[in-house]
Amino acid sequence: MRYAGPDMDAVLLHVNGEAREVLDVSPTTTLLEYLRGPAGLSGTKEGCAEGDCGACTVVVIDPDAPGGPRFRAVNSCLLLLPLLHGKHVLTVEALSQHGGQHGGQHGGDGPGHHPVQQALVAALGSQCGYCTPGVIMSMFEACYRGDLDAPWKLDDQMCGNLCRCTGYRPIREATQQIAGLRPDDRFGAALAEVGPSTSATLRYAFEGRGGTPSQSFWIPGTLSELWDLMDAHPELRLVVGATDLGLDVTKKGERFPALASLQAIAELRRLEHADGRWSIGATVRLADLEDATAQALPPMARMLRFFGSRQIKNSATVGGNLCNASPIGDLAPVLLALDATMVVAGRSGERRVPAGEFFVSYRSTALRPGELFVRVELPDPPANARVVAYKVSKRREMDISAVAAALRVDVDGGVVTAARLAFGGMAATPARARAVEAALVGQPWSQASCDAAAERIGDDFTPMSDHRGSAWYRATVAGNLVRAMFDDTSQCAMPGLPDRPTSMVGTAGSSSVHHP
Amino acid sequence: MKNQAPPPSPLHQPAIHESGYRHVSGQARYVDDWPLPPGTGHVWVVTSPHARARIVGCELAAARAMPGVRAVLLARDVPGSLHIGPIVHDEELLARDEVLYVGQPVALVVADDLAAARMAGAEVRVEYEVRPAILTIEQAIEAGSYVAEPHVIARGDVEAALAGAALRIDGEVRTGAQDHFYLETQAALAIPGEGRTMTVLSSSQHPTEVQAEVAAVLGVGRNEIVCEVPRMGGGFGGKESQATPFACMAALAAHVTGRPAKVWLNRERDMRITGKRHPFLGRYDAGLDADGRLVALSVELWSDAGFSADLSLPVLDRALFHLDNAYYVPALRLCGRACVTNLPSNTAFRGFGGPQGMVVIEEILNRAAERMGIDPAVLRERNYYGEPPRDRAPYGQEIPWAHNRLPRIHARLMESSGYASRREAIAAHNAASPWQRRGIGFQPVKFGISFTKSVLNQAGAFVLVYTDGTVQLNHGGTEMGQGLHTKMLTVCAHELGVPVSAVRVMTTATDKVPNTSATAASSGSDLNGQAVRHACGILRERLRAVAARMLELSEDQAAALRFEGGAVVHPGSARSLAFPDVAQQAWLDRVSLSATGYYHTPGVGYDHATGQGTPFYYYAYGGVVCEVEVNGLTGEHRMLRVDILHDVGSSLVPTIDRGQVEGGFVQGVGWLTCEEVLVTADGHPVTLGPSTYKIPAVGDVPVDLRVELLPQAEQPGVVHGSKAVGEPPFMLALGVVTALRHAIGSFGPGEVELALPATPEAILRAVQRQRGPSTT
Repeated sequence: MRYAGPDMDAVLLHVNGEAREVLDVSPTTTLLEYLRGPAGLSGTKEGCAEGDCGACTVVVIDPDAPGGPRFRAVNSCLLLLPLLHGKHVLTVEALSQHGGQHGGQHGGDGPGHHPVQQALVAALGSQCGYCTPGVIMSMFEACYRGDLDAPWKLDDQMCGNLCRCTGYRPIREATQQIAGLRPDDRFGAALAEVGPSTSATLRYAFEGRGGTPSQSFWIPGTLSELWDLMDAHPELRLVVGATDLGLDVTKKGERFPALASLQAIAELRRLEHADGRWSIGATVRLADLEDATAQALPPMARMLRFFGSRQIKNSATVGGNLCNASPIGDLAPVLLALDATMVVAGRSGERRVPAGEFFVSYRSTALRPGELFVRVELPDPPANARVVAYKVSKRREMDISAVAAALRVDVDGGVVTAARLAFGGMAATPARARAVEAALVGQPWSQASCDAAAERIGDDFTPMSDHRGSAWYRATVAGNLVRAMFDDTSQCAMPGLPDRPTSMVGTAGSSSVHHP
Repeated sequence: MKNQAPPPSPLHQPAIHESGYRHVSGQARYVDDWPLPPGTGHVWVVTSPHARARIVGCELAAARAMPGVRAVLLARDVPGSLHIGPIVHDEELLARDEVLYVGQPVALVVADDLAAARMAGAEVRVEYEVRPAILTIEQAIEAGSYVAEPHVIARGDVEAALAGAALRIDGEVRTGAQDHFYLETQAALAIPGEGRTMTVLSSSQHPTEVQAEVAAVLGVGRNEIVCEVPRMGGGFGGKESQATPFACMAALAAHVTGRPAKVWLNRERDMRITGKRHPFLGRYDAGLDADGRLVALSVELWSDAGFSADLSLPVLDRALFHLDNAYYVPALRLCGRACVTNLPSNTAFRGFGGPQGMVVIEEILNRAAERMGIDPAVLRERNYYGEPPRDRAPYGQEIPWAHNRLPRIHARLMESSGYASRREAIAAHNAASPWQRRGIGFQPVKFGISFTKSVLNQAGAFVLVYTDGTVQLNHGGTEMGQGLHTKMLTVCAHELGVPVSAVRVMTTATDKVPNTSATAASSGSDLNGQAVRHACGILRERLRAVAARMLELSEDQAAALRFEGGAVVHPGSARSLAFPDVAQQAWLDRVSLSATGYYHTPGVGYDHATGQGTPFYYYAYGGVVCEVEVNGLTGEHRMLRVDILHDVGSSLVPTIDRGQVEGGFVQGVGWLTCEEVLVTADGHPVTLGPSTYKIPAVGDVPVDLRVELLPQAEQPGVVHGSKAVGEPPFMLALGVVTALRHAIGSFGPGEVELALPATPEAILRAVQRQRGPSTT
C-alpha cells in the first residue's frame, strides 16, 4: 500500500514568506500552537481556542479558491498544522516592514506599516490590543477583497473578531476605509505568484513519546488513495476545515491516531450550477457557496449570511457541516426543503441518498463504513415554489441557531400543492414538520392557512430547553416562522435579505429585498 | 526655533493610543508572550467538581508519575499564609478541607509544558463528600447566609411618604451575572531570584496587592517581591482582585520547584474559576406624586457575592450609592446585603455595583411612565437633582447645582438627537408595521467619582529625566487598554514642555512606585495624573533654576520661564534653551534629575455606621438617546441609532475618552441584552466560552453612533480640568432597556414586563404578554 513504509514527509509551509519544515510535532498541533511555540511568533493570540473570538486570526493563501488564489482569514486556533501543508500563512508580524521594529514612543509609525495598520491606529481601533492582531488580519483579507460593497458585508467580514474594549465603531470605520483597497504591494505580488493549485499530498507520522500516542496524518491526492487509507485504518477521521474536529482537539484534548484531509482531492471541491441543477462538492467552503448562491439560490445564501464568522465560513465545508449531523446543521433544513440528494461514494461506486434519509439520528448519518459523502445535488426550485430560510439565534452573528428553518410551498392556482417545511434545532436531527405540511397542502395559499398550519407545530416537535433557548421559545418561534412565510414570500417567491435586518423573519416589504 | 510658534501642548488634543502601533504589529507584549526563562514550569489548575463538598482524600501518585510532571501541589504545600483576599482574607489559595464552588482551585500540577500539566491534572484524584449547597440569592436569604450585616442609607419618614403618595410602584427586579470576557485570560509568570526574592509578571490591575499576597503566601517580606505589569489585554475589574490568586499560584510553583513557573488560564479555566459581575435582586416600593415626582422610595437589595467576600461589600455600597442615579428622593430607605452562595466569588466589574443599583430606580421610572402614559424622558427630567433642597444625595453629600450638568446634557441631547420628532415618527411607524416595532429611550447618568473606601484615594509617580532630555515616566496605574498611559504621557509631556516622543511610559512595577491602589473606580488618571504633575512640577522647578542661571536671569525673570515645545523659553527676551541642554547642565550643576510625586484626594470620607458622608470628590454625568427595532415574531432586536453626550470635563485626550465612552456603552448593552451567565441547578457553569456566552459583536452596534463630549465642561480641582470616564458610560446602556420597553409597549396596552438580560426569548415573552392571552 502506497502510504506504508518509513519514508514519511515533513509538513512544508511558508510562514510570512519563510519556508518552514516541520517534522517533529504532533499532527494535532494547532497552527496557533505552532506559531506561538516553535515559530516564535507571539503576535497571534489565543482568546478562546474554539473559533469564536478571532484573536487567533491569520491569513492563508487558498490556491484552490474559485476564481484563483486568494487570501482567506481563518482561525489558527482550530486549524491543525498539517492542513497548512504546501500553503502560505501570513501573521500580523508580516505586515510591518522590518517587523515594525523601528523606534519611537509609539512603537514606530509612518511608512513601515501596512494601510490596514495605519487605518486601525488612526481610528483608535485598538485599546487593550489583545484582539488586535486578529482584527488586523481580518482587515487584511478585507483590504484585498473586491466585493465588500454593502454594509452587511463589513459586519460579516468582521463579526468573527470579538473586541471587548472599543465597542467596534472605530474598527468598523477603519475596515470601511481599507476594504477593497488592494494596494499594489508585496502581498498582491505574492498572491500572483501562487499557482492555480498547489494541492500537495502528505504522509506524516509522529512517533509518540513520553505517554503521548503515535499519530499519522495523510493528505491523499485521489479518492482511490483515500479508499486505501480508509481500508487500512478503520479509525481514520476525515478533516478539511477542522472547525468542528479542531474543537475536540482544543477542548477535549483528543489526539486522533489517524487523520486524513480531503483538501487535495480536486473533484470534491467542485461547485457547479448548470441545466437547473446544483452539484455542490463536499469540500466546497461555505464562503464560496454563499458567493455562488447569493443571486441564484437565495434560500441558501440567506442561511449562510449568519451561519458563522467569515473565518469559519472560509474554513468550514459543506461536507463537514452535513456529516457531523448536528441537530441544527443550518444547511440541512435548506437541503431538506429543496429536496436535495446526497451522493456518497465508496470503493465500489456511488450511492444516492435523499437528504431526508441522510440524517438518521442524533449526530448520525446514513454513511456506511468505508463511505464518503462526496457531493450534494439539488434542482433549482420550480417556478411555482416559494422558499424562504430563517435562522434565529441569541446573537445574530456568529451564533448557533436556536431555530433554523427552510420553508417551501409549491402553489398552483392559489392552492398549496406541496409543502416541505424543514427545521433545525427542534429535534434530534434536522427534520420536516409533517403535520404542519399536511395542514397546508390542499389549502389556499393565504395568511389564514399559514396561521392555522402553524398551530400544528406542537404535533411535529417537542423541542428541548438549553442555553440557546427554552422549549417554549423554540416552539413559539417555529410557529411564528410558519406564520411569517406568507408575507415574506408575497413580493418575491425566494426573498433575499435586507442589508442589516433586525431579524430574518417578517422582513417582507423592505426595499433591499432581493427579487430574482 | 526662536521665531517659530512652539508646537502646541499635547494636552486636550486628539492622539493615538500610546501602544497603537505595537498592537497592530503584534509587538505589544503581554504576560503570555513573555520569552520564558529556561526551565520554566507550566501550571494546570485542578478544580472542584462540586458546589460544596468536604475533601476526604487526595491521591496524587498517578499524577506525579505522568511524564513531564515536576510537582503536584496542595494547600499543605503553601509555606506562608494559605488565606488570601483583597479585604478579608477568607479565601484559601487552594482548598484545604472543603470546596465551596464548582471550579474552586484544589491542586496545581507543575509540568514541563501545559499539555503535560493538563493531562496529569486529569489524574489528580480527590475524594469528596458532597454537602448541600446554596446556589441562589433566595436560598441564601432563607439560610441567612450573608457576608456581613446590612448596609442602610435612609432619610425622612418613608412609610408616611409612601402612604401619602399619589402613585405607588412596587415590585422586584433582577440583574444577572456578566463575565468580564477580557480577551487576555488570567496570566502570571513568577521568576525566582537570589535568596528569597521573586519577580512576578502579572496581568493585574493591582500590582501592590499581588506583591503583598505573594509575600504573604511565601511568608517573606514585601520587599522581597517585585510585581510588574507590562500591560493587560483587558481588565474591566476582573483583574482588580482576581489576578492575585493566579500570581500567587505561579509564585508557589516557582518557590516549590525552584524554577520559574507560569500560570495561564485557557478560556474555559478562566470562566470556570473567576467571579463575575454580581447578580442582584431588588425589591422596591416607590411613591410618586401626581406629577410623577418621586416622594418616597424603599428598596431592599441583595447581591450574590459568591463563596467569599472579595470586593462584594464595596460593590454593594456603590450599588446603594447609585440607586438614586440622577434623581432626588426626599424620603427613602435603602438597605443592601451581600449573600454568600456556593458560586465563584463575584467581583469588581466596570460600574462596581452602580449599574445594578441604578437598574432599580430606572425600572421604577419606566413603569411609572408607562402607567401614567407620559414620556419617560419627561418623567426623568422632573426627578433630577436641582437647587436646594433638592441637592442632597441619600447619604447627605451635596450635589452642587452649579456643577450639575444634567440639565444642560438633557436639553442639548434632546435637541441634537431630535428626540421628540423621532418619538412621533416611531408612533407612526409602529402603527403601520405589524411585526417590526421601534422604540426610543433616553437615559441620564450621574456617577460618583472616588474609591468609596477613602484611604485608597492616593497615588504616586516617579519621573526620571536623562541628560539627553529624554524622560522615563513611572506611575502607579496599570494599562489595560483604557489609555491611562496615553493620558499620563500627555500630562508629563505637557508639564515638562517636551514632545511626547521624548517620554517613555515604563512598565508598572512595585519597585518604582510602592503601595499603590488598584487601577479601578475610574480613578486612574485623576489620581496618577496629579501625582505625575506633582513629580514633573518638582523637576520643572529644579530645571527652572538651572535655566535661569544659563540665561543669567533674575528670580523674577525665572518665574516667567515657560517649558514648552521641547525648550525652556524666556518670553521677555524670546530666548530659549533646548530642554536636553538644560538637563545636561543640571547634571553638570549636580542637580537631581529624578523626582517622586504624590497625590491624595482631599475632603472625601464616609461613615458606614450612619450612612452619611462625602464618599465622592465629584460626579460625572452623561446622557444617551437610543432607538431600537424589535421583531415581534422572534424577539430579536437591533439598535438603529445611538446619540451619546458625555461629560468628561476638559478631556485630557478626547480620542481616548471617546473610546471609553463607546466601549463602556457597548459593554453595558451586552450586560443588558445578550450576555447570560448560566449555571445548572447543581452549580455547574454552562457558559464557559464565547460559543455559549455571547458578548456583542460588530453587527450589534449601530452604524449610526453619534458621540459628543460635553463642551465647556472644565472640572475644578481635577487634573487639567478633566473628569473620570472609565465606568460612567457603562450605565448609559440602560437607555436601551427603555427603548426596548417602548417598542414592546406598542404591541399592546399596559406596563411592560421585561426580564434582563433582554435576550430574544425575554423580549418575545414580553411581546406575547403585551399582545394578550389570546395570542400564541
